[in-house]
Amino acid sequence: MHRHSSIRLAVVISVMGLTTAALAASADDFKAAYAKAEAAENQAGALKNQWSTTEGALKAAKKAADAGNFGEAVKHAEEAEALANASVAQAKEQATAWKNAVVR
Amino acid sequence: MRRAVLLALALICLAAPPVSAADSANPKADFKAFRNYFTKRFPKVPLKDFVNGPYSMNADLRKQWVAIDAFPPYQFALDKGKQMFTTPFKNGKTYGDCFPNKGIGVRQNYPYFDAKSGEVITLDVALNQCRQANGEEPLDYTKDDMAALTAYMAYTSRGKPFDIKIPNDPRALAAYQKGEEYFYTRRGQLNFSCASCHVQSPGDHIRTEVLAPAMGIVAALPIYRSEWGGMGTTSRRFITCNAQVRAVPLKAEDELYRDVEYYLSYMSNGLPISGPGARP
Repeated sequence: MHRHSSIRLAVVISVMGLTTAALAASADDFKAAYAKAEAAENQAGALKNQWSTTEGALKAAKKAADAGNFGEAVKHAEEAEALANASVAQAKEQATAWKNAVVR
Repeated sequence: MRRAVLLALALICLAAPPVSAADSANPKADFKAFRNYFTKRFPKVPLKDFVNGPYSMNADLRKQWVAIDAFPPYQFALDKGKQMFTTPFKNGKTYGDCFPNKGIGVRQNYPYFDAKSGEVITLDVALNQCRQANGEEPLDYTKDDMAALTAYMAYTSRGKPFDIKIPNDPRALAAYQKGEEYFYTRRGQLNFSCASCHVQSPGDHIRTEVLAPAMGIVAALPIYRSEWGGMGTTSRRFITCNAQVRAVPLKAEDELYRDVEYYLSYMSNGLPISGPGARP
């Protein structure tokens, strides 16, 4: 009997933990993270160097947010921002580095 | 005083960044270097065979191609293209009225630099300009009707050597240089440039594909690709390449794509038109 109570308690604590994690990020957190990702992606767009994976992460963030899963949405938005920043860095580096690859 | 001037000049020279060959576009020198690179790297491939892409690099693949070419998969497109090309628009004019020599055997002269618009005009763009000038809707630039029309025009030009000109116009030179830059610039999450595959690795495999050499690569376009299950234009080829390296592709016939085609076509000068082609 005592053992069953312990299991029940463990299940309740686990569910509470998951709920807390899901609630840890709010809609505002998502909006802020998404805005940062979008700004970085726009910068990549201005350099004509967007990555399809960034676009995928942005879509996944929006989809998760639409489903009310803001924790997941923030995670995808942060991933999108990191990818967009990498594509911007690539474009800046390649602005001169391409010359080293030219057949001479 | 003279010593001070010399010192100042020396300091300016030291401060200036080193000038490399790519800093100022030199199409003639680029062409020579490009040709030397490929002919030295693949000494057993006859010059004119480079236009056959992967089949010039791999004997087994070539055997398959020869067998397939007995019943070429682009034949339906070719027939459709001929019919479209010869059928008058609603106003009674035809595509032939928009082109030199009525559009027969002219593929090798495209793209060209148009001094009026200051832009590179590809054959595909010229076809849509023709349609619009005659009151017709433009075609999609990636496949179907556009691929059929360009297939027919390429077919009537088979064997004619590319003859791309870069006029003495700084805008033409700038377009050429932008094309060259795009070709050599790494992009996408996989960090590949067009040159990564088609200059550094022709003949090598990417999964089951044998990579084609950049020299002559545009001569076979448009192509039937088994991977696509249909025909595709030059734009479709560029879009697919971009997507494969996880880059967001440009729009079909974007100015940069046209510039790349201009650059690659110039690099193929003297090589025969072989399109339409068939690729795995």
